[in-house]
Amino acid sequence: MRRTMLYLPGNNPNMLTRGYLFGSDGLILDLEDAVAVSEKDTARILVRDILRRGEFGSCEVTVRINGVDTDLWRDDLAAIIPCKIDGIRAPKIESPQTVRDLDEELSRIEAASGIEVGHTKIFCLLETAFGVWNAYDIAKSSPRVAAIIPGGEDLAADLRTNRSAEGTELEWVRRMLIIAARAAGVDALDTVFPRVADDDGLRREVEFIKSLGYDGKSVIHPNQIPIIHDVYTPTEKEVETAKKIIQAAKDAAERGLGAVSVDGRMVDVPVVKRAEFTLVRAGVLPEQEKGR
Amino acid sequence: MAINAVGRDIPSHIEGYGDTTNRLFAGAFARIPEGNRDGGKIRAHGPKENGKLLSGIREAIAASGLKSGMTVSFHHHLRNGDYVVGQVIDACAEMGIRDLTLFPTALFGVHKAIIPHIKSGVIRRIMGSVNGPIGQLVSEGGMEVPVVLRSHGGRPRAVVSGDVHIDVAFIAAPTADRAGNISGREGKSACGAIGYAFTDAQYADCVVAITDNLQPYPIAPISIPGIYVDYVVQVESIGDPAGIVSGTTRVTRDPLRLLIAKYASKLIEASPYFMDGISFQTGAGGIPLAVTAYMKEAMMRHDIRASFGLGGITGYFVELLREGLVEKLMDVQSFDLDAVKSIATDPRHIEISADWYANPWNCGAAVNSLDVVILGATEVDTDFNANVNTEADGALLHGTGGHQDTAAGAKLTIIAQPLLRGRIPCVTDRVHSVTTPGEVVDAIVTEFGVTINPRRQDLIDACKEAKGKDAVPLVPIDELYARARKMSGPMEPVAQGDRIIGVIEWRDGTVIDVVRQLA
Repeated sequence: MRRTMLYLPGNNPNMLTRGYLFGSDGLILDLEDAVAVSEKDTARILVRDILRRGEFGSCEVTVRINGVDTDLWRDDLAAIIPCKIDGIRAPKIESPQTVRDLDEELSRIEAASGIEVGHTKIFCLLETAFGVWNAYDIAKSSPRVAAIIPGGEDLAADLRTNRSAEGTELEWVRRMLIIAARAAGVDALDTVFPRVADDDGLRREVEFIKSLGYDGKSVIHPNQIPIIHDVYTPTEKEVETAKKIIQAAKDAAERGLGAVSVDGRMVDVPVVKRAEFTLVRAGVLPEQEKGR
Repeated sequence: MAINAVGRDIPSHIEGYGDTTNRLFAGAFARIPEGNRDGGKIRAHGPKENGKLLSGIREAIAASGLKSGMTVSFHHHLRNGDYVVGQVIDACAEMGIRDLTLFPTALFGVHKAIIPHIKSGVIRRIMGSVNGPIGQLVSEGGMEVPVVLRSHGGRPRAVVSGDVHIDVAFIAAPTADRAGNISGREGKSACGAIGYAFTDAQYADCVVAITDNLQPYPIAPISIPGIYVDYVVQVESIGDPAGIVSGTTRVTRDPLRLLIAKYASKLIEASPYFMDGISFQTGAGGIPLAVTAYMKEAMMRHDIRASFGLGGITGYFVELLREGLVEKLMDVQSFDLDAVKSIATDPRHIEISADWYANPWNCGAAVNSLDVVILGATEVDTDFNANVNTEADGALLHGTGGHQDTAAGAKLTIIAQPLLRGRIPCVTDRVHSVTTPGEVVDAIVTEFGVTINPRRQDLIDACKEAKGKDAVPLVPIDELYARARKMSGPMEPVAQGDRIIGVIEWRDGTVIDVVRQLA
């Protein structure tokens, strides 16, 4: 599950060593925007050392590297990839070629470090209009791509607008990316909710992106995690209904029947799939490794 | 030298404190009192006596008979806004009075103004909590006689039993009348409860009330009746309201503190005490207040009502009272404006004295009825001993407060704190000073989970039974210590000299530890 992926500033040892305790599904150790230019080297060394200790609980561990438009990203990869992380979050991806460049560099380092080539996934941040336009091609450009994620502030600037409380400026982008992600078979993860003290606003936004089909959201503050999990966790009633549906489908299959009905509703294949998904999110069924 | 029950080497004689041979800490409940209570001087103010109202502090000092070498007491209900200690000691200095023993319940940053009087010899000895700058001065060897630290309950015990005899008690009175009736509920310096002053009023040879809100006789309600009060002085101001009470107390949004609070709350929920009628003390710190917030949710979920909340009371506790989640509040000091308003208007919000709150030597202090207390500490060790008095650099900067008393009284004593503060580990193999012994500490809660004292197998079992989202993440103490050590690296021991600058008494008057001068 990738309901919550928590950003940890790459220059903050306090958060880097404790971030996993807050119970997010994943972590993003950040070498990019959280770190001032003068501290890039320090943060890279710090993040590398923390990765070597490898204490992250059950979190999926990723690192946000500096953009391929900078001269820092190769150094970032050289430092962190040998630590065998789950993935990198790559900023400002605009075209499939950018992903292929990253893929090539990752493969080279993985091979040199004795890590299975292809192990490190890529989480693509689409932070420009051009990147969003190319979303599907980017998502299909490498088997390493695990998710596409719309940008927040940068994207709003590129669209020549500002971020609003209602999120009007990102609404179409979000709708477009979920379709691109599903078509390409990757996850769609949402951008951060920047107003960290606005719990109600966060809940509304998460309800919206969940209704669109998003798999989760980037998280800027640990206090946001329980709210997001709460929205994504099925209610007891939903879990009960899902269990009933799966049982009914199983019974029907055993008795050689086709479609059956539960509580007056037709149960067919998509309904069963959705019920299974509900139980995975509720933690009742184990999560399946995503086949590609 | 002799080793006490927490393994500390205590000299048989401490210069400026006395012999310790029969006063070594021997266990939390080992010392049993004998004999009678001590008493103050009998006074008789008849109908023909002149009034109690005097024109100023100097006149009151003169009338009280205060002389060099005597003991004067003060109380910290005006906290960091208090002007009374400064005004009285300034007047003593002007009058040529020297070698005083200062017996405050606690001194704060605001009292750094008396440091010149310590240096000039007006004040020779302090028995009381020294928070902040005076503690730093003492730690660096700025006083010849060691400071004596007592808990909120240990102090009235010392007065009642005669360990300390008060010559003159000066009581800051937010409201008073000409007969010396006192209340903290109203006035421009209102502070709510004045619980720390009660015992001194009853046992001092002379009691002076200092007020900035003199009201017609009689005031109502009355906290300390004028039958104990010799003189009343009206002054321009007894304190700075901004330092007396804080505004509304808010629950922290610091994620680490919230995480620790959540674990502490899970432990309480899993414990056998989480049932209708539970009582608790959580104080005003960031983590304890957040525990209260999580407990509120849990109490609502399980439809549980608490019988009482104890201790220093905050607006958050008042909210629980108003919402019916807590039946009564027992308040020894009111931390914020909401608490002050509540104690002034709601009869379910009860003012109690420090004696009533925490004295181990009476017929049953309120702490004895306590189910759960959440405390902090600067450090705890693998024996669960807690240090709240000295900092990582060895400086004596904090009073004991109610730490010992609530820990000894409560059925479940929880110390909740981050594993490290900055780079300093809060879990060590041996605390620098012992304030509270591990025998009365049941659990340590950090961001890494809940660590239960092995002598509480019942609690360990209860936590293991909690499953699913109620699960309590348990961390054994050795693992917690190893983790702290791994994160901080090895620590140099605190560099200190031989001279003893502080004596930490256990609440029963035995010596649990001593503090030595910084090197």
